[in-house]
Amino acid sequence: MSRLEEKFANLKENGKKGLIIYITAGLPDAETTVKAVLEAEKAGADIIELGIPFSDPMADGPVIQAAAYTAIKNGMTVKGVLEIVREIRKTSQIPLVGMGYVNNMLHYGFEKFTADAAEAGLDGLIVPDVPHEESAEMKAACKANGMHLVEFVTPGTTDSRISETCTTADGFIYCVSINGVTGVRKIDYSPINNVIEHVKKQTATPCAVGFGIGSVEAAIDAAKQADAVIVGSAVVKRIAEGKLAEACEFINSLRSALDENYSK
Amino acid sequence: MAKGRFGKYGGQYVPEIVMPVLTELEAAYEKYKNDPEFLAEVRKYFNEYAGRPTLLYYAEKLTKHYGKAKIYLKREDLLHTGAHKINNALGQVLLAKRMGKKRIIAETGAGQHGVATATVAALFGMECKVFMGALDMERQKLNVFKMRLLGTEVVPVTTGTSTLKDATSEAIRYWAANITDTHYIIGSAVGPHPYPTMVRDFQSVIGKEIKEQIKEEAGGKIDYLIACVGGGSNAIGTFYDFKDDNSVQKIGVEAGGRGPAVGDNAITLSSEGPLPGVLHGAYTYLAQDDDGQVIEVYSISAGLDYPGVGPEHSYFRDAGVVKYVSINDQEALDAFQLLSREEGIIPAIESSHALAYLEKLMPNTKEDEVVVVTLSGRGDKDVQQVAKALGEEID
Repeated sequence: MSRLEEKFANLKENGKKGLIIYITAGLPDAETTVKAVLEAEKAGADIIELGIPFSDPMADGPVIQAAAYTAIKNGMTVKGVLEIVREIRKTSQIPLVGMGYVNNMLHYGFEKFTADAAEAGLDGLIVPDVPHEESAEMKAACKANGMHLVEFVTPGTTDSRISETCTTADGFIYCVSINGVTGVRKIDYSPINNVIEHVKKQTATPCAVGFGIGSVEAAIDAAKQADAVIVGSAVVKRIAEGKLAEACEFINSLRSALDENYSK
Repeated sequence: MAKGRFGKYGGQYVPEIVMPVLTELEAAYEKYKNDPEFLAEVRKYFNEYAGRPTLLYYAEKLTKHYGKAKIYLKREDLLHTGAHKINNALGQVLLAKRMGKKRIIAETGAGQHGVATATVAALFGMECKVFMGALDMERQKLNVFKMRLLGTEVVPVTTGTSTLKDATSEAIRYWAANITDTHYIIGSAVGPHPYPTMVRDFQSVIGKEIKEQIKEEAGGKIDYLIACVGGGSNAIGTFYDFKDDNSVQKIGVEAGGRGPAVGDNAITLSSEGPLPGVLHGAYTYLAQDDDGQVIEVYSISAGLDYPGVGPEHSYFRDAGVVKYVSINDQEALDAFQLLSREEGIIPAIESSHALAYLEKLMPNTKEDEVVVVTLSGRGDKDVQQVAKALGEEID
C-alpha cells in the first residue's frame, strides 16, 4: 500500500475527512516550501499537493499563477522541486502529490520524470492539462514507478466519461467543484456533491473536492459527500504574503472544523 | 492516443472542465462542416461582407525588379478589417450562432484577430470580450480603440508576461468558467482539437482560390508558394490544398527577430533542433527553456511572436511537406519598403516576412516559373512602428 492509500484507509477507519493542502514549490524559495509543508502537516494537513511551477498554468487562478511566476523567477526548476521532496522525506512521511503541467514533465521525459519523482518520494501526480483521453502514456509511466495518476471529474463531466474515469481511477479522484479555475470564491457545492454520489457507486477510489475552498464553512460544505477537501489559493496567498504562521492557523481551523462536523 | 492528431502532433491537452465544451464544438463542427446550407452561409458572408474572392495579383514591377520567375500576390490584405483573420472569425461566429451561443470571446496579440472578432460580433449582435496582454494594449492603442468602437470589451491581462500567450491562457480560463453560453474564437490554427482543423478549413479558402485563379493567370502552374508563419493560419490556409502536390514547393516563413539567441526571435520550426511540447492544448513545436518553461519570444511583428505553432505545421515540417525558414526584423523592414515602392502596396509587417524571402529565393528561380506569396494583411497598422524603426517619429 502506498503512503497515499494508507492515509485514505486510515482516515476511513477513523471516520475522518481528509485535508489536502496545496503549496507552490519554490514560493518564495525551497527552504520556505520545506518548512511550509512540515508546518502544514503539524497543523493538520493529511496530504500535501506540491505545485510544480509552470510558465502557463491554464487551470489556475490569479493567486496560484502569481505564485508559479514568482517561484520560476526565483529559480525554481523541476529538479529543484524533487530536491524539496527529498528534503521533506528526511523528516516526514506525509503523502506528497505533485501537481504540475504536462510540458515540464514531457520535457524532462515522462519515464525519467516519474522514476526520479518516485525515487525522491512523491506518491502521485496531478496533471490538469492531461484529460482522461490523453493520459495513457503518463499513466503507464506512473504505474511503472508505483505512482498514482489522479484524474478529474467536474459538474459538467458526462456520465459516460465519469464511468470511463472510474474504471482507471487511481489514488484519488479530483472532483472540481465548479466550472472555472482555482481560486477562492463562493460556490454552490451541490452539483459536485451529486457527481460524487454518482462516482461512489462505481468506484471505491476516494474523492477529493477542490477549487474555491477558502473558508471553514466552504470546507464543511465541500466535504459533504467527499472523502477529502483540497485547499490551495487560500493557503498560497498567505505564504506569498510571508504569513506562514497565519496559513497554518487557517489549516488548523479547517482541521478542527472537519473533525467536529464529520468525525464519527 | 486521442483524436485530432496530425501525425503525433495536436491532441486535446486541456483541463477536464473544458472537455465537454470541446466535445460539443467538435460535434457541431462535424455536423456543419459539410452541410450545404452552412457552407453557403459562410460563402455568402465571405463574398458579400468580407470581400472574397480576393485578387490574385500579378506583381509585374516586383517581377521585373528580380528579373526571374513571375511573382503573384494573394491579396488577403484587401479583405474587410485588413487581413485573413476575418475568414476564421466569420466561419466561427456562424458556427457559434448555430450552437446557440450568446457570447464570443477571443485572445489577441497585435489586435488584428481581436478587431476581426469584434467586427463579426457586432455584425451578428453578440456580446464580445477580447483578452489582450496589458503590454500589448499599450503598444496597440489604435486597435484597442477600434475594438471598443465595435462594442467589444477589451480585458487587460496582467499575468505572466502580459502578452499573447498569457491572453490566450486567460481566454481559456474565462471559457472554462462560462462554457454554456460562450464560444471561444481562437485566432490561429493552434489550440486543442478541433480548433487547428476548423481554423484551417475556414482559411483554406485562400489556397482554393489560388488554385482556381492561377489557372486563368498562368496556366495553372505554381512552382513556389510562400506564406508567413506565427501560429500559422494564413500559411496553413495557403498550403493545405497543395499539400499532396510535390511540384509546388511550399515555404513557411517564421520571424527571425533580432537574431538566433533565445528570446530574440519567434522561431519554432526552422531552428536547428526544435523541441515539441504542449502549449494551449496542443502537442507541437514550442519555444521553451531547459526546464520546459515556455519562453517569451520576440519579433518586430506582433502577429508572429507566438511561442508555439499550429500542430499541423509541426507535422508538415517533419514530413517535409513544407520547408520552414526564417527572416529577421531588418529583412522584413526592407521588404515592407520594397513592396510599397515597387507596387504601391503597403504590406503588413507579418506578410513582409514572406515577401522578404523573395530576396533569397528569386536568384534561384527561372523566368518560366511562378511564385505566389500570400499577402496576409495590409500594413496601415504598422506604419507608425516602421517609421520608428527607420528613425522617424510620427504621432
